[in-house]
Amino acid sequence: MSLADVLAGVIVVALNCYVLLGGADYGGGVWDLFASGARKGRQRELIAHAIGPVWEANHVWVILVVVLLFTCFPLAFARLGTTLHIPLTLLLVGVVLRGSAFTFRSYGGEGEQERHWGRVFAVASLVTPILLGVIVGAVASGGVHAPRTADQTFWSTYVQPWLTPFAFSVGLFALACFAFLAAVYLTVEARDDAVREDFRWRALVAGVLVFVTAAVALLFARIGAPRVWAGLLAAPWAIPLHLLTAAAAIGALTALWSRRWRAARIAAAAQVSLILWGWALAQFPYMIPPDLTIAAVAAPAVTLELVAGALGLGAVVLFPSLYYLFKIFKSAASAAS
Amino acid sequence: MPDLLAARSQMALSLAFHIIFAMVGIAMPLLMVVAERRWRRTGDPVFLDLAKRWARGTAILFAVGAVSGTVLSFELGLLWPRFMAFAGPIIGMPFSLEGFAFFTEAIFLGIYLYGWDRVSPRAHLAAGVLVAVSGAASGVFVVIANAWMNTPTGFTLTEGRAVGVDPLAAMANPAALSQTIHMTLAAYAATGFAVAGIHAFLLRRDPGNAFHRRALTIALLVGAPAAVLQPLSGDLASRQVAVYQPAKLAAMEALFVTRAGAPLTVGGWPDMARRETRFGLEVPYGLSLLAFHDPRAEVRGLDSVPRDEWPNVPLVHLAFQVMVALGSYLAVVALWAGWLAWKRRDPAKHRALLTAITIATPFGFLASECGWMVTELGRQPWVITGVLKTADAVTPMPGLVVPFTLFTLLYCFLGVIVAWLLYRQIIRSPHA
Ligand code: HDD
Ligand code: HEM
Ligand code: HEM
Repeated sequence: MSLADVLAGVIVVALNCYVLLGGADYGGGVWDLFASGARKGRQRELIAHAIGPVWEANHVWVILVVVLLFTCFPLAFARLGTTLHIPLTLLLVGVVLRGSAFTFRSYGGEGEQERHWGRVFAVASLVTPILLGVIVGAVASGGVHAPRTADQTFWSTYVQPWLTPFAFSVGLFALACFAFLAAVYLTVEARDDAVREDFRWRALVAGVLVFVTAAVALLFARIGAPRVWAGLLAAPWAIPLHLLTAAAAIGALTALWSRRWRAARIAAAAQVSLILWGWALAQFPYMIPPDLTIAAVAAPAVTLELVAGALGLGAVVLFPSLYYLFKIFKSAASAAS
Repeated sequence: MPDLLAARSQMALSLAFHIIFAMVGIAMPLLMVVAERRWRRTGDPVFLDLAKRWARGTAILFAVGAVSGTVLSFELGLLWPRFMAFAGPIIGMPFSLEGFAFFTEAIFLGIYLYGWDRVSPRAHLAAGVLVAVSGAASGVFVVIANAWMNTPTGFTLTEGRAVGVDPLAAMANPAALSQTIHMTLAAYAATGFAVAGIHAFLLRRDPGNAFHRRALTIALLVGAPAAVLQPLSGDLASRQVAVYQPAKLAAMEALFVTRAGAPLTVGGWPDMARRETRFGLEVPYGLSLLAFHDPRAEVRGLDSVPRDEWPNVPLVHLAFQVMVALGSYLAVVALWAGWLAWKRRDPAKHRALLTAITIATPFGFLASECGWMVTELGRQPWVITGVLKTADAVTPMPGLVVPFTLFTLLYCFLGVIVAWLLYRQIIRSPHA
């Protein structure tokens, strides 16, 4: 395994962190949109309370992904930015609206205004994960190919790669995963049992939706993403990975059913991470199928070595700081306060 | 609108928008930390109130800074894929380091904003200090990347490809030191004077208000020294530009003809057809003195650069003049305030000074926007000086006017909202 492979792995790790942390923040927004029943206000309060102190830090993971991508795999970054210009631009609009609306709601106004910003925040939280999934789906499908010079049209170069049933099925799947993660985490963070039960039900429903959307995506993968399909079925690691994922999924749902909240949180996180790694392994050694392998797009060795060194040093600072942040705001004691 | 123009406009808009929030993100934490420390030392609740209010404003601005910065990092690929394919391996290093600075900043800002009664007083203050330090560090890293675009080093160009890449040598490029110093000072000067200006305005209406007096003092404590140092660091920057970016210097100074003992032209309008600068005030030997610290030194004019490699001379010259004018005003006001403080006279009671500070409220930010126009427009037509032309770096994607329009609307909308939210924070200021 080369240094480039390792760094590609680090990018997947960063993406994994973004999905588990940032993804759950999006999911929180989705549940804000679907807040309902007698405890509507308290549900929203819990969501805002859970996201407030950590969303900026959670958001930085995606920046790390982008920065590592353009430093270590510049040609892949250039290809993505060119071919997926449209969904990436829409994704950015979603990111901007969500982040600023959340802050405006917390610091801005009360009453009418707070409601407006809450709505913007919630809708952006619903749309942005779908776009993220569409982008991942487009990459996995092998549609992000080099612009063909012969029969090139705007449609075939900039729209077709991502406007596919498979990419959109991955989008819905991502949304379901994020909503599921958020609901499971919120059962741990809830401060009263009634609200906790609300999120338990939501988590169970979302868990079922994860299954449904995964099945749909898999169905489309057969034609839409043959490489992923083949990888997920034929590779030697495929069966163990499927078994593990299934175990995590069933574990998460049974833990929710039997109200073992912390176990459910671990199992849900494991389930979503395994799915992500399944995708990454299925397209290895390609960074952007069908033509760009990790080795082909890697930066010169010096750059990779320096970045690896910086990552090592950075991790020494980063992980204790993150631990401290989460300890302050996510420990049982603070949940009780 | 041609695609290249749309791409440039979108990049310029995004950066010009982001830089305001970035500068606030660098300097505001310092103001908050000073206020909090004063509160811990004196027990005066006004300082605590101040720290908390500033923290609220910073939270809003920081969030907009974070999302607009995210837009920028994607835009490098969306608009300039060929630039990134070339430059990524060479200059990605400071961006990666910047990533870690962002992490530190975001983590400890979360602790600072939400942790007033969750962590010990010491830990809280330390979190504020970490936010201030990592904010400044992230600004320094990204400006190093920009300095490399101006004076690229750390690779050799062979048949259009970079070989012998050395990312550390790229970070140590000739413009890095002067640009990072100048930018960091700009953040403190601009933010310090903007905050001071707002409180000076309110003090003129309500002279005895303890809240605004303390706020004014702290803001000047941060802003005034930076404003005094800024012309000195600008001189450092000019001398670097004179040596490494002669076309930019010639455009800044509207110097059409290469000559020894060149005069400094103050004001004036570069007449492109006649290739001379009209209506300007000439200071004999001034430019040679400033650029090379030698009245007889030869300064290269635009005639030393092929015509198709000239930047937009009138714009660059104008932007430079405005920056220097605003910078001089800020420095004079800062010295005046310092003089009064030295004489043990209360600046908050000095109406003329308060008026001068109020006028200066937007000046630091305006000067910075002008400074960036000088740097970026003055580099044209190159995106990497002498290496890659902007026109060759742009994405092949057509119809770029659509995203440009989209982001223009989005940023106008956000700008209005932010201004309104901050205004509400201010009109609700306490009447202690
Ligand atoms: C508060 C803001 C502020 C103030 C008062 C000044 N500047 Fe400035 N200037 C900037 C804010 C700025 C900036 C926005 O921060 C720039 C853009 C790029 C950079 O590194 O700093 C800049 C760039 C910049 C450059 C171009 C550097 C390059 O392209 O490499 C020069 C030559 C100067 N400045 C010179 C001056 C002088 C002689 C000033 C005398 C008063 C001055 N600046 C005041
Ligand atoms: C925040 C302050 C900055 C402002 C206001 C600014 C302004 C601009 C402007 C006006 C342009 C368009 C050039 C033109 O129209 O001719 C531009 C382009 C560009 N800038 Fe900057 N810039 C800033 C900082 C940076 C930094 C820190 C980078 C770091 C890499 C950067 C990278 C670029 C790139 C890649 C382009 C496109 C190519 C070009 O036109 O040169 N800029 N910027
Ligand atoms: C000279 C120009 C720039 C300076 C001084 C600067 C500085 C900063 C600072 C201090 C922040 C922290 C957030 C805040 O305080 O609001 C920030 C945020 C950010 N900047 Fe910039 N920046 C500049 C230009 C750029 C450019 C060209 C990029 C794109 C590559 C960029 C990418 C980002 C990103 C991704 C964030 C969000 C980080 C977070 O979530 O905390 N910045 N910038």
